[in-house]
Amino acid sequence: MSDLLELTAAQAAARVRAGELDPADLWHGYRERAAADDLNAFTWVSDRDEPEAIDGDAPLGGVPIGVKDLFCTAGIPSQAGSRILEGFRPPYTATAVERLTAAGAPVLGKTNQDEFAMGSSTENSAYGPTLNPWDRTRVPGGSSGGSAAAVAAGSVPWSIGTDTGGSIRQPAALCGIVGLKPTYGAISRYGMIAFASSLDQAGPFTRDTTDAALLLAAMAGKDPCDSTSLGLPEPVRLPEATDLKGVRLGVPEELTGEGIEPGVLEAFRATLDLARELGATVETTHLPHAPQGLAAYYLIAPAECSSNLARYDGVRYGHRADAPDLLTMYTRTREEGFGAEVKRRVMLGTYALSSGYYDAYYGRAQKVRTLIARDFDYSWERFDFIVSPTAPGVAFELGAKTADPLAMYLNDFCTVPMSLAGIPAISIPNGLADGLPVGFQIAGPAFSENRILDAAHALEQAIGFDGSAGRA
Amino acid sequence: MLSRDQVLHVARLARLELTDEEIERFGSELSNVLDYIETIEQLGDLGDIPPTSHVVEVENVLRADEPRPSLPVEQALASAPEAALGGFRVPSPGAG
Amino acid sequence: MTLEPVIGLEIHVQLSTRTKMFCGCELSFGEEPNTRTCPVCLGMPGTLPTANAQAIHYGLMMGMALGSEIAPRSIFHRKNYFYPDLAKGYQISQYDIPLCSGGRLGDVRLHRIHLEEDAAKLVHVGQSGRIHGSDASIVDYNRGGTPLAEIVTEPDLHSAEQAREWLTLLRETLRQLGVSDVNMEEGSLRCDANISVRPAGTSELGTKTELKNMNSFRFLEKGINAEIERQTALIEAGETVVQETLHFDPVSGGLSPLRSKEEAHDYRYFPEPDLVPVAPTEEMLAAARAALPELPAARAERYEREWSLPADTARLFAYEPAWGDYFERVEGEPRTVANWVTELRARADSPAAVESAALTKLVALVEARTVTAGNARVVLDRLVADGGDPAEIVEREDLGAMGDSGELAGIIARVIEDNADVVERIRGGNTKAMGALVGPIMRETKGKADGGEVNRLIREQLGL
Repeated sequence: MSDLLELTAAQAAARVRAGELDPADLWHGYRERAAADDLNAFTWVSDRDEPEAIDGDAPLGGVPIGVKDLFCTAGIPSQAGSRILEGFRPPYTATAVERLTAAGAPVLGKTNQDEFAMGSSTENSAYGPTLNPWDRTRVPGGSSGGSAAAVAAGSVPWSIGTDTGGSIRQPAALCGIVGLKPTYGAISRYGMIAFASSLDQAGPFTRDTTDAALLLAAMAGKDPCDSTSLGLPEPVRLPEATDLKGVRLGVPEELTGEGIEPGVLEAFRATLDLARELGATVETTHLPHAPQGLAAYYLIAPAECSSNLARYDGVRYGHRADAPDLLTMYTRTREEGFGAEVKRRVMLGTYALSSGYYDAYYGRAQKVRTLIARDFDYSWERFDFIVSPTAPGVAFELGAKTADPLAMYLNDFCTVPMSLAGIPAISIPNGLADGLPVGFQIAGPAFSENRILDAAHALEQAIGFDGSAGRA
Repeated sequence: MLSRDQVLHVARLARLELTDEEIERFGSELSNVLDYIETIEQLGDLGDIPPTSHVVEVENVLRADEPRPSLPVEQALASAPEAALGGFRVPSPGAG
Repeated sequence: MTLEPVIGLEIHVQLSTRTKMFCGCELSFGEEPNTRTCPVCLGMPGTLPTANAQAIHYGLMMGMALGSEIAPRSIFHRKNYFYPDLAKGYQISQYDIPLCSGGRLGDVRLHRIHLEEDAAKLVHVGQSGRIHGSDASIVDYNRGGTPLAEIVTEPDLHSAEQAREWLTLLRETLRQLGVSDVNMEEGSLRCDANISVRPAGTSELGTKTELKNMNSFRFLEKGINAEIERQTALIEAGETVVQETLHFDPVSGGLSPLRSKEEAHDYRYFPEPDLVPVAPTEEMLAAARAALPELPAARAERYEREWSLPADTARLFAYEPAWGDYFERVEGEPRTVANWVTELRARADSPAAVESAALTKLVALVEARTVTAGNARVVLDRLVADGGDPAEIVEREDLGAMGDSGELAGIIARVIEDNADVVERIRGGNTKAMGALVGPIMRETKGKADGGEVNRLIREQLGL
């Protein structure tokens, strides 16, 4: 059984399709592991003894998957890490999840997350923090900490999360696995509980780039239920590249200097050396407006979230406080139902949009966003990819950054610019610092997922990262 | 930077019943964040730059006017904290 | 100092699409509560809006019909506020870049037309479930999400009566476009008024108040008049008008301020990130243009031009399309037909009273001089009352015009003989005195003589 659980999803799926493996065995094995999870990675594990039947040639081969609780799953609790949605069972399923199950990946469990995807450590979950399998005194990152930890610990072979400012890439880095944020619009947002509408994107957590490609292929596509969805213009290819000949890598000074921990920077530089050995050219460059990216992000995302979270008012679903009148019902329901970080961001966003402040805050931040997008556009004239460390540090201790919201926000400064520009970016594990995983980020132009996966694949092979310590 | 009155005003707009402790704490935390956000002021006049209101550059995504099944009323009300007379019961806006 | 009222209207029109503005639920007409809802219009977590193509089409039609400029690229905005009838906690509407700008209908300029979604319905119930002394409300989301077009006029109206007339014209125009039922009692046409007064002849606007929830044309007129009176009295007493929102109670005739919603006015508008811009293509514009029926102004102009109808007749038929359509169906010389359709209209509420084929026959009888105009009116009365065939009625009631036989000449000769004094006055130069002969002649001929022919024969016989 433990051999079974060492297979990557692609390997397992291939064996299922070849008739060598019964998907039910995968289900049993993983369900046992998920049920035994001691990281608080799951908020719900399926109680089905047998998985739903799949087609023999289903691309995902019946390999079970973990789904961040932010995705609505019909009849199954979908709580977004919040008390305000405690016990909420939607009558519909997110399109991304429907596509996964249709492609043959049954949902094994819902995973823990920072409340409404706001956070970088999963400490903002109303259902307790999730622990990092590499070191249980430390955070797995966030907001998709549960999805990342579950894969890193081997409780599920793969999972999906959401990335708004880095919430897939950063936990992937902190947990030593692969995490991909696709181009904005590649995957439908329908049924994905909204945090910041113009930034949110679904994406895979996997052990390697091949598995990531499989999940991307299954989920991507234009959805009539999501007007902003575009799908991908070309089919997703399984990556095969083993070198980086002719690939031009740009290293932005703004994301690779001050603020990055030494151990992370060392691993980063070692990977750049490897890239050169594989045939890539590596040059420093600039993303001049990246330093303002975090500020713009922390105006745009809270502004959109303050509006997206207005529907949690106790009227139609979710928590409702006892109250004698309507106004109190609203204010008390939301006071009781939302955690501190959510309240902070709702307040910040409300302020940024409020009368007299719109132009100076939200309006201005949207202009900064244009400037950042242009910075990347100029980069693509000289480079195929922009690379950086994914996160400024390794997994920090639980409670280390909760006292100062700003300190927590700074975790995102390498990942936020790509989110603002809507471009795809992947994080692959590229080493350890003080025994903890470090991530390497590769970002490319919109719709360059195939090329990113190829480059990541080549590097991944050369790096040869061993994630088994997480699964121990 | 944010006065207590401003915090209360924003909390009211956002329909949050904050405790005194929260009013003070959020006041200072948000002020810190706003100070940090002020870095976007460093960029000076951005008059000509168009704001990105839509990352996706596509237009006219329209839905055909064809009916799709509505939810059965039991499902619509299934998650209601308080359902009555076929609808969602709430305290009257006029009261209190 | 005379004060002149200045009035602008804000009209909400429910569009008669099949589905809601942002989801596929069918529109509701008195269905059981919450039976026309879905996760999207219930504002459930993770759901997203999708814009109704037909609503956009209707919006374009309205803009074109009303002479507006269609925005090459317009976007949706979120208008954020909390209320139980607003499922998402925001309304998707349009803010600074609406679908249509400017335009005109009759004497009133339009400011803009934009699209948005309607709110749900709140029914107030007491604890016991009876509707009084509300402790609670029940929310029914069936109506929530219904497509609305909001039309805002410039303050070009200057009396309640004018406002009522103009709104009637707007309603008729929209009805002819087929974009809405525009029924005020049912709520598919809603009108608020912005009212202020200023010294006559000046151009600066005074402080305006907003008058809401007038749900019939009559109440609209009464309400506006009441508010004009109220403001006038205030100003004449040396006081100032306060900007506020008022509710008109048609029963008492009184105006009361609506509960101020304070911060509700900070709507924190921002572009709707879940929807993409609407940039009408050539195809969309052509489709809207092709769908426009001939609208009143154009139709009136055509009647004048093609059939030389007098202006007021042309206007009548254009603004009452049932009569205009009927006029076009009746055959005969256009102006004669117009005349007889007008005669019918004076006798009947609807053209359905007399089949167009029957009126065609009547017109033919008149043109053939088979029946005089006077008797044709009698025939028309009969047709309206009992229907039937004009020729048969003429036959049956002996209404036929006198033929060319000498019978008429004989009658005229006799009347001339019997009225020698009148004849003398006529010969004396008083031609009007001929009327005194015509009367008896008509009586004797029982209206069957053609008036022109009578005059001719009188002159002939008198040698005039």
